Amino acid sequence: MGSMNVLFPPKNKSNRLAEIAAGKTFSTETHDVLTREEALLEVSGFNLSYGVKQALFDINMIFPKGKVAALVGPSGCGKSTLLRSINRINDLLSTVRINGEMKLNGEPIYAPSVDVIELRKRMGMVFQKPNPFPMSIYENVIYSLRIDGERNKAVLDEVCEKSLRGAALWDEAKDRLRESALGLSGGQQQRLCIARAIAAEPEVLLMDEPCSALDPIATNKIEDLIADLRGDYTIVIVTHNMQQAARVSDYTAFMYLGRLIEYGPTSTIFQNPHLQETQDYVTGRFG
Amino acid sequence: MSSETSEKKSATSSRRRAKVSLFAQGEPMIWLTGGGLAVALCMIIGLLLLIFYNGISTLWPMPVPQIQTVSGTVYLGEVTRDESFRSNDEPVRTLHRRLMRTGNFEISGEHFNWINKHEVKEETLPQWALVIERTAWGRFYGFPESFVLGGETVASTSETVWKAFNQYHDAVSDRRGKIRELETHEIGRINRRLENARLALRTVELRSGLGSPAWNVEHTKFLETEKGVTEKFKKLQEEIVQLRTENSRYVLKLRTAQGKDTAILLENIVRAYPANQLSIVGKVGLYFERWHEFLLDDPREANSEGGVFPAIFGTVIMTLLMSLAVVPFGVMAALYLREYAKPGLVVSAVRISINNLAGVPSIVFGVFGLGFFCYLFGASIDELFFASSLPNPTFGKGGILWASLTLALLTLPVVIVATEEALSAVPNSMREGSYACGGSKWQTIKRIVLPRAMPGIMTGMILAMARGAGEVAPLMLVGAVKLAPELPLDGVAPFIHAERSFMHLGFHIYDLGFQSQNSEAAKPMVFTTTLLLIVLIFLLNLMAVRLRTRLRSKFVSAAF
Repeated sequence: MGSMNVLFPPKNKSNRLAEIAAGKTFSTETHDVLTREEALLEVSGFNLSYGVKQALFDINMIFPKGKVAALVGPSGCGKSTLLRSINRINDLLSTVRINGEMKLNGEPIYAPSVDVIELRKRMGMVFQKPNPFPMSIYENVIYSLRIDGERNKAVLDEVCEKSLRGAALWDEAKDRLRESALGLSGGQQQRLCIARAIAAEPEVLLMDEPCSALDPIATNKIEDLIADLRGDYTIVIVTHNMQQAARVSDYTAFMYLGRLIEYGPTSTIFQNPHLQETQDYVTGRFG
Repeated sequence: MSSETSEKKSATSSRRRAKVSLFAQGEPMIWLTGGGLAVALCMIIGLLLLIFYNGISTLWPMPVPQIQTVSGTVYLGEVTRDESFRSNDEPVRTLHRRLMRTGNFEISGEHFNWINKHEVKEETLPQWALVIERTAWGRFYGFPESFVLGGETVASTSETVWKAFNQYHDAVSDRRGKIRELETHEIGRINRRLENARLALRTVELRSGLGSPAWNVEHTKFLETEKGVTEKFKKLQEEIVQLRTENSRYVLKLRTAQGKDTAILLENIVRAYPANQLSIVGKVGLYFERWHEFLLDDPREANSEGGVFPAIFGTVIMTLLMSLAVVPFGVMAALYLREYAKPGLVVSAVRISINNLAGVPSIVFGVFGLGFFCYLFGASIDELFFASSLPNPTFGKGGILWASLTLALLTLPVVIVATEEALSAVPNSMREGSYACGGSKWQTIKRIVLPRAMPGIMTGMILAMARGAGEVAPLMLVGAVKLAPELPLDGVAPFIHAERSFMHLGFHIYDLGFQSQNSEAAKPMVFTTTLLLIVLIFLLNLMAVRLRTRLRSKFVSAAF
């Protein structure tokens, strides 16, 4: 890793991470490429705090349509919080206070008139630990249709097959659709959760460290799956694993202590970042 | 150098100290905790063994010895207890005596006699000592003299009398059963018809007034019904008298051990057996026959003999009704507390109050149930719907419904606490998964949280059932009675009679042990009834546990 530092000398020598920790304001380094992308999700001036503790500071970014964007950063940097703010699942905590704006396809997410439940139906979410529901594989996949009151069996069957194929689980699960989802292995459970997330044909797929509880083979499968899903879905993925971010994403955002430090194309971020701080993090010097 | 040695020294000495301290090794704690468990287990197992042994041995037929004392008195009966006692009058201080059930209450005026062992002159097991279980007056012990059929002596030796008894007793028993059937069910039915007609008349009277045209119409109808009923009643009465006359022809003449002659109508004999002649097969047969009677028959002789079927039935129905009432309410309350209410001072206060509610003496719940359910709620129902039968209360008194609701109130904290535990054990990731799929709060609760928490809720129900089925004190106030003539569930419309008072095994135990005139005879039955109650609660719990296991394997066993 040290050699990388020699190969790509950082452009900005000053290290401002200590200043951030001391509470100084910081303006995000956003690469120009992003301004040419079509944004599906827009975040502007977004602040969030849990009670008195502020977790996100003035986040401004876009998530390009049909692309995979990775959020990286050390623990507690707010990447999961940002992800969970997109489908407003943080709202469930009564202490959360929010200031700023988010837009999905130009429509505000945090306007008072927004129906949160309808909003969440337009986004799929995959969690850190596989969380299949205590019911059959079939019922798990079509859960979002069930709660919408869909009763047509032909439709349900079709969606189930399509989603399981989409999550590369069909061949393993097609003979045991009526069995409990809790009998699947960890990797299968996570793919089932992905199938469940894409069953409602969402516009955005949010993934919160989807591979952190999986073994390398299962991780591989999920990463292949993300590559397959790219293009059809706009994907936002939070990950601890730098290699994973480098492998699966088109764009990478580096966050630190609730601030967005640098956001740009993945190849640039990993090989030739604009900021010394990013360089230090992606080469493993801290975090 | 010196500092180094001293350091070493202090290190070794502290290590030695650690070795010396027993508590540091944790060994005493193992013994202490294990000992606590052992003591608890010993007490529980001891209690269960005592109940089990006494419970199953009660109905076993005992031999009937005849004992003659030095003073010349003769006793015949079953030995129920052996004990040693201290006497101040005799030269030997520690003496033995036996409690003998001698029966024959109408002759001797006593059910039991104490016999001192040192006063026994002769003890024999007479071959033809008969034990006779009767419908009244308790047991009779004596020797068969003769068998009289319609005033004519048909047998006069022990063998032939016994043969004649066996020949006719079944038919006589059948007739007795028939008489009972006619007296309780048939006459009950026509009484009900008359009562219904009277109530209809009374309803019209309350609505239209006495002597109004509507009343007149209803009154004619009533008179007609009354006429029909009276005729039917007469017919039944005749039938009963006929059966009685037939039965009174059969008489068993007996002689007591003291040489007194007496005659017993065959009709009044439930069962008779020559106790000292019984083979082991005969004893086992008799044992199971008595269990059959105990489990499936009505009680007789102030509950000290016969069966406890109404009590079993009442206990089961009441427990089920209670579960039906307490589980939905408890689950709803816990759901609100855990899922909807904002955590804070008020919720904490409510939670503490619920926990404290579990510590309120159960009799207080009984008083509340009597005041609220019976006198306030029940009386209002009576005024609204059963005005015609007032001043006789229908719902305005203790009954199985009010008893169930009172116990539901009593066991509510158990269910709420268990349900809250179960709800908080549902992983948040599951809730979030559902919300992320676009589920609303209620959909999430209904489809994810409740199924997942169901085994825990069932645990609460099991605890509530165990608590409720064994509770007696509040029941005394709200509907459990010594003898309930009718079951709360029968073939007469509307089939479920929630207003009826009922018999309960727990109350039955109290009644047998402490309220019975012949408490010495009832004492063994206390154990048997206790055993039965424990078995019943065990079975009810087993049912719930099996249900829970099924739910758990369906919802909780995560492979991950």
